[in-house]
Amino acid sequence: MTKRVGIEVSLAVAEAAKLANVDVVAAYPITPQTHIVEHLAELVADGELDAQYIPVESEHSAMSACLGASAAGARTFTATAGQGLELMHEVLYVASSMRLPVVMVVANRALSAPLSVWGDHSDVMAVRDTGWIQLFVENGQEVVDNMLCAFRIGEDPRVLLPVMIHLDGFYLSHMIEPVVFPAQSQVDKFIPPYQHPMPLHPDRPVTMGAFAPPIIYSETKKAQEVNLEAAKEVILQCWAEFGKTFHRYYYPVERYRSEDAKVLLLTMGSFSETAMTAVDKMKEEGRAVGLIRLRLWRPFPFEEIRQAVRSAEVLIVVDRALSFGGPGGPVCSEVRSALYGQDRKPKVIGFVGGLGGRDITPAGFEEIVNRGIEISQKGSDKEFEIYGVRE
Amino acid sequence: MEKYAVFVPRLVTKRENFAPGHRACIGCGEALAVRLACKALGQNVIIANATGCMEIVSSPLPYTSWRVPWIHTLFENTAAVASGIEAGLKILMKKGRIAQQEIKVVAMAGDGGTSDIGLQALSGALERGHNFLYICFDNEAYMNTGIQRSSATPYGASTTTTPAGKVSIGQVTWKKNMPAIVAAHDIPYVATACPSYPFDLMAKVGKGAATPGPAYVHILSPCPTGWRYAPDLTIRLGRLAVETGIFPLYEVDNGTYRLNFDFPKLRPVTDYMKLQGRFRHLSEGVIGEIQQRVNKEYAKLKEKAA
Repeated sequence: MTKRVGIEVSLAVAEAAKLANVDVVAAYPITPQTHIVEHLAELVADGELDAQYIPVESEHSAMSACLGASAAGARTFTATAGQGLELMHEVLYVASSMRLPVVMVVANRALSAPLSVWGDHSDVMAVRDTGWIQLFVENGQEVVDNMLCAFRIGEDPRVLLPVMIHLDGFYLSHMIEPVVFPAQSQVDKFIPPYQHPMPLHPDRPVTMGAFAPPIIYSETKKAQEVNLEAAKEVILQCWAEFGKTFHRYYYPVERYRSEDAKVLLLTMGSFSETAMTAVDKMKEEGRAVGLIRLRLWRPFPFEEIRQAVRSAEVLIVVDRALSFGGPGGPVCSEVRSALYGQDRKPKVIGFVGGLGGRDITPAGFEEIVNRGIEISQKGSDKEFEIYGVRE
Repeated sequence: MEKYAVFVPRLVTKRENFAPGHRACIGCGEALAVRLACKALGQNVIIANATGCMEIVSSPLPYTSWRVPWIHTLFENTAAVASGIEAGLKILMKKGRIAQQEIKVVAMAGDGGTSDIGLQALSGALERGHNFLYICFDNEAYMNTGIQRSSATPYGASTTTTPAGKVSIGQVTWKKNMPAIVAAHDIPYVATACPSYPFDLMAKVGKGAATPGPAYVHILSPCPTGWRYAPDLTIRLGRLAVETGIFPLYEVDNGTYRLNFDFPKLRPVTDYMKLQGRFRHLSEGVIGEIQQRVNKEYAKLKEKAA
């Protein structure tokens, strides 16, 4: 039933949405996400996907329409990137706070100004605290697999939270990759139908989105935090179940040749595959270098990170976003904070690179490792360094 | 009066889908308009409400005044949320996941949420042709945040962000003609209404709800707090707004204009303005300007309705 095909990753996203049998798609074009909503429109136009396709007039309305559709009980999907994600910003908080399990793919893109349609993680980091489950994927297969998992996780009655899947704009969205699509029957078995416990319906009137005076607001936020933390268990179960069914396994933190490595690189997103090539080369040269890939960004996998890096001496974190006037890359900052209270921990060295579509080659990762080791030995008066920038 | 008590309940349901006990100001024209609209809508509705006075007075967690399904998310996106609900219901019914039945999606917002911050979302939803009714409750300023001007605030009105002063008459722009903007989208039904004309209001909301495709009802909702008048004058001010021609009641039914209340002679605008603190500072010259504008706009409307 299943076959391996070569397909552009954006198109594969749309095909996965079709396999998940989404009910409502609210879509607005923005580079580099456009091919996703174009292909979804084709699938609907050809009758291959029985869904309502709402061609909204902005991303703000895209996410708002998703709220409405999800609250009515429909399985809801959208995709965006960069500025579009920023325009949705306030709506994202509402989706998570009102427990509406919208699934969204973000083709990560830099933020203006200057305008850049190319990839980095500035858009992701700006929506870090919106209360969504957020995960990163590295290739076409991971996108398809995690699309299916996203609906199952988000719509689980124990979770009921929106899920964001991050894939690097162009680097991944526009690549043609080999992908195995599971059979429809397998998918139908894997994702149960969406059943919101209290949808908007005249048979059982509910009030959704009442305002909270100070006497109750803190409690609602605590409940939300507990809920998002508890979602991790369901995410792990889902990935385990997925592995059993489809024989591809996913974890919050994934290691690559990290055993006995004294120096570890830590990356997130499609960069990781380039970093792997660099690690392979360095390993061949007999260097004790390994790689840690962060897949689950929210809820943040504190314990898994601690376990993964505990025997290393140097941990080099490469961010694709810059926190201006702050500690450097947001990922590095969080990893540092996760390790701070540990007795045994590596020195954490932060790099920011690959902004606005700038490439980091395998040789580049090697340079970063060398410089990181140098900083760990000699120290530095900077909180972080930007890799490959002309000064 | 006795006869009236027997007669009226036959025309209007006693059921209150917008429950009493909410926190609106005394004499609130908007709460009355919402109550009447909810009577006209009945129970087979889902309401999407924008942030604003009605959302705030009706939904302090854990209380609610809504006896019909109701959702509030944000300020500017109500029409988009309504689009999503409508699309969701449509596909769920098509796929047989919920029973086939008429459920009207109704978006409600104030004048700021409609003619300012929510205009884009509204225009998009109208243009896409969703089957929904949008009701704008227009009290002519951002009353919820404390009487700041909106594009629906009338010329010469003093608000907290257009205060009348030594060198200012207050609002220096003319009220945005929201029903005309909506009508320009060529949707099947557009109407204006006012709670001072309750049967007209309920008929229009009912008609809007029964219209397949987008419909829009713009309801002038006198606001004692923001317009600065005694709370017992709400109904009278609504009537005066209509009788002076400042807020004519009309419908645009599939492109055909109909003036619902025409008067052989309009009352002077001062009859309406002199009762309100927001216009108190205006000179005769400015009032004359306003009178001229009202005459001109009314004539234009009559021509369309001829």
